[in-house]
Amino acid sequence: MLKDFFNWLGDLPPLLQVPVVILAFLAAVGLLLFFLEVAPRRGRGYTIMRVAVAVLVPAFVLFAFGSVWWAIAIGALAGGAMFLLDYRSRAGTGYVLQLVGFLAPALFLLVIGLIYPSIATIFQAFQSSRGRWVGLENFAWIFSQPDNLVTIRNTIIWVLVVPIISTIAGLAYAVFIDKSRGEKYFKILVFMPMAISFVGASIIWRFIYGYREAGQSQYGLLNQIVVWFGGTPVNWLQQAPLNTFLLIVVLIWVQTGFAMVVLSAAIKGVPTEQIEAAQLDGTNAWQRFLNVTVPGIRSSLVVVLTTISIASLKVFDIVRTMGTAYPDTDVIANEMVTLAQNFETGRSAAFAVLLFILVLPIVIYNARVIKKQREIR
Amino acid sequence: MRSTITRRLMLPIALAGAAGLVLAGCADGGGGGGGGGTGPGDVGEADGVVTILGTIVDTEAELLEESWAEWAEENDIEIQYEGTQEFEDIIGTRAQSGDTPDLAITPQPGLVADLASRGYLQEAPEGVAANVAEYWTEDWAQYATTDGVLYGAPLMASVKGFIWYSPQTFAQNGWQVPTTWDELLTLSETIAASGTKPWCAGFASDAATGWPGTDWIEDLVLRQSGPEVYDQWVSHEIPFTDDAIASAFDSLGEILLNPDYVNAGIGDVVSINSTPFGADIATAVVDGRCPMTHQASFFEGFLTDAGGTVAEDGDVWAFLTPGPEAGETAVTGGGEIVAAFSNDEDTIKVQEYLSSPEWANSRVALGGVISANKGLDPSNASSAVLEQAIGILQDPETTFRFDASDVMPAAVGSGTFWSGMVDWINGTPTEEVLESIDAGWPSE
Amino acid sequence: MTSTIPADLPLPGAKTTQGAVERADEGNITRRSKRRLTSRGATIASLVIAILWTIPTFGLFVTSLRPQEEITRSGWWEVFLRWDLTLENYQTVLANEDLSRSFINSIVITLPATVAPLVVAALAAYAFAWIDFKGKNTLFILVFALQIVPIQMTLVPLLTLFFRGLHTAGGTLFEGFQGAGIYTQVWIAHTIFALPLAIFLLHNFISEIPGEVIEAARVDGAGHGQIFLRIVLPLTVPAIASFAIFQFLWVWNDLLVALIFASGEASPITRTLAELTGQFGRTAYLLPAGAFIAMIVPLIVFFALQRYFVRGLLAGSTKG
Repeated sequence: MLKDFFNWLGDLPPLLQVPVVILAFLAAVGLLLFFLEVAPRRGRGYTIMRVAVAVLVPAFVLFAFGSVWWAIAIGALAGGAMFLLDYRSRAGTGYVLQLVGFLAPALFLLVIGLIYPSIATIFQAFQSSRGRWVGLENFAWIFSQPDNLVTIRNTIIWVLVVPIISTIAGLAYAVFIDKSRGEKYFKILVFMPMAISFVGASIIWRFIYGYREAGQSQYGLLNQIVVWFGGTPVNWLQQAPLNTFLLIVVLIWVQTGFAMVVLSAAIKGVPTEQIEAAQLDGTNAWQRFLNVTVPGIRSSLVVVLTTISIASLKVFDIVRTMGTAYPDTDVIANEMVTLAQNFETGRSAAFAVLLFILVLPIVIYNARVIKKQREIR
Repeated sequence: MRSTITRRLMLPIALAGAAGLVLAGCADGGGGGGGGGTGPGDVGEADGVVTILGTIVDTEAELLEESWAEWAEENDIEIQYEGTQEFEDIIGTRAQSGDTPDLAITPQPGLVADLASRGYLQEAPEGVAANVAEYWTEDWAQYATTDGVLYGAPLMASVKGFIWYSPQTFAQNGWQVPTTWDELLTLSETIAASGTKPWCAGFASDAATGWPGTDWIEDLVLRQSGPEVYDQWVSHEIPFTDDAIASAFDSLGEILLNPDYVNAGIGDVVSINSTPFGADIATAVVDGRCPMTHQASFFEGFLTDAGGTVAEDGDVWAFLTPGPEAGETAVTGGGEIVAAFSNDEDTIKVQEYLSSPEWANSRVALGGVISANKGLDPSNASSAVLEQAIGILQDPETTFRFDASDVMPAAVGSGTFWSGMVDWINGTPTEEVLESIDAGWPSE
Repeated sequence: MTSTIPADLPLPGAKTTQGAVERADEGNITRRSKRRLTSRGATIASLVIAILWTIPTFGLFVTSLRPQEEITRSGWWEVFLRWDLTLENYQTVLANEDLSRSFINSIVITLPATVAPLVVAALAAYAFAWIDFKGKNTLFILVFALQIVPIQMTLVPLLTLFFRGLHTAGGTLFEGFQGAGIYTQVWIAHTIFALPLAIFLLHNFISEIPGEVIEAARVDGAGHGQIFLRIVLPLTVPAIASFAIFQFLWVWNDLLVALIFASGEASPITRTLAELTGQFGRTAYLLPAGAFIAMIVPLIVFFALQRYFVRGLLAGSTKG
């Protein structure tokens, strides 16, 4: 069914597929929303409709997947059970169905695409590359190699430096250009790095950090500047631990655009009345910024810091294409990819688990923020 | 009551979770899995379409498609070739999930062995086996064999270990092409004494940085210690820390770690790591900034792009890296293995054709490459260097060994061996480098 | 983007606000002229950031216009000493037949892969924000934490499911996507990978809509469907627009997912770009030109959606 639809869709000209698939998708969502709207209504007609939807939708979904009849029957029965549960719900008839309707699409996709693979990865971390149980051996290997300790240290440096600097730079820029003439065009300048594919970005930075010995024609801008000032060119990326910071600059360059766009929108949401009131109180610009703007955009700041932190934990392509030639530049995500490619699935998975652990503080912090928000409300 | 509802609410979620677990069973039970060499069973159908995945891209890929176009039309088979430079990144994922091409053209015998030992590959069909026996040397057939089973035929070939130089500069200064390793060192000293650094090298190649260095080491191991030791090294019967390997590093160190010898026209010793192996080095050679560099036969293309003519009497020409004694020919080289994931009739036909001399001649005549197929006519070669390379490959006196880093398991061959070369250039002591390369050998 | 709805956001029908916004606009104009005089430091600082951030891209642009032999011989800034530019690189890249096909593929992949996760995530974010159920916080934090799952770890299981389907001893549960259109897999894969971040971002925004607004609608008899469609969606236009931009960019510039899920005929432009370097990187000099061609669409999208950041917000507060 589903396959037939996509098969039919695939025969259309590519550009025609876009509107068709989007419209089909939106129509399905529209239907869902209509049902969610009427779900809690009372009356026999609505009750019949709820039964029909609860039983038919799971059955139809399974049918569309091409399931065998007994699976479809089980789906229909589960749907029926859900209806009964919903009918007796203390929170009101329709409550359960509404909740499932809003959450099920996302949760279903997350389970097949992310949750199941992460569970599998955790199991793999305790297995050898050919599936034998080895206990903590993979972790013991990680911590016994001096190179790996450098890798872990570098990852921590990345996750500490990138979010803070990109957010500060993005925020400063957003504030400075706010309401200025040509704001749009100023924004695009800092946003541009996000629009460049990584293949392009890696070349760009070769033309910044590149090195040739004194007397040769330089192709890296940084060294050319050194030469103009009468210095001797330096092989920048060769200098550990400076090289890690130079690679970090690349990610900052990319992520500042993200911070700037998000924070700029947040700043525009700070009520002008509040700023005017502060102005009347005779505060200077810096005080207004600290006391009015920053509290007004606090939760945006948390979002930006969190998102960039996670992006810096996951970064691998910058290190992979630009850092491989140089000492002590590796990070966990890159090592994980390399190991997986070499069929060392166990060790690779152990590194992935280490990443999960590193992200815990960020998760816990956000959990507390979310809880606090709920309490305020 | 409220809590029972919410608990029940988790039902759909739990169901979905259970579905995930079923999936787990499915993934494990699917294709081959952890078993050894059992093969994937029957895969694919003879539907007139054969898909091939390989590392060959761009114009080279167009030539490849051109080389079989006529045959495919005659035999009414549509060959869909897809080339990607990320081949190594994706073939493992696709093999594990079953979404495989019919044929894979892989430049790494080590990867073929990895895939074969995990049960993803089909044994070579009879016709292919017959072609391999007839048209390829024992040495080559060995590289397509895992645990005594042949999994495919070689495709193209390249000869490694050429040292590129400028015949004119050599003639002007009265320098002679060396015939032994010692003569090469003496020549380097002479050039250095004249005030020019004699060598340039570039190891940079994005994620593959370091590989040009492994070529050097392989050349030296083969020439200094002979093919037996080389084979033992490749199969890890002797470790990297063995004296034979250490002495190859030491010999190479006399050139590449000597600040008076490198990096001509580019920088100091460590600049080797940051210099891309291709255009940058070729430009330095053609511009006359760099007297000598070590690189495989494909380097001719870069030299031509940089504006040099490659010929015995041209701007640039090459000699083979000499061994301890004059007159012996032992070379390392590379090539591709065509291995099959499917075993339907059409796939077998295509695989057989690609192992035949007809295909080899058809492709080599289009220019730019060579093959080690014995049925290849050397006059089809498109350039003097390539003709010379075919001569070396077809000479029965030649000892040929496949690029060791391509034969070793990926964890070493394209892992710690590459990164070890980088560390070594960066100044890590040889002993330490050898230990860390060896530590990368897969646990099982 | 989030937290932007002021605490005193006017309820629907409150006439006074319109005037307030207009006054605020007038205030902006007078203040703007003042600002430009007083904050010279800020102007200089923003110019410095703008220049620092643009130089690398500018260098790439100049490089894309230089002849092949010059690129490795000298730095790009030397064009200002010796003017030597050419369009040849662009001509060579544009003559590549794969490029136009993959350009279209990128569009076909990116648009549905931007819309679908947005809608699915908005639904879930709404439930997390405005429907109470036990274990809500735990579940939300779990979804949030899924952001860290490295995509590389998910490729094998997901491709296995798409290729083989799902079978039990008793029969087929899901038949897989073999022969079901060339874009289906990559659309679904991108949708899944975008969800954790999308839910997190949209939830932050949706949950800050003042409870009174939602309550008022509920009193008027609107169900969750109407509230979502008529109130939540319009009020979150800025969040949706900015996430749409980012998701569009990520999908457009993605290589990793495309390598596994969009092979052969469905190859997007990033794959063609990666192959532009040619065998052994011989034609790497074409990359700068290719990168600029690939950049055009994301920049157009940014310009087109940029205005929603602000307008969406004001529209929300005046119309309700």
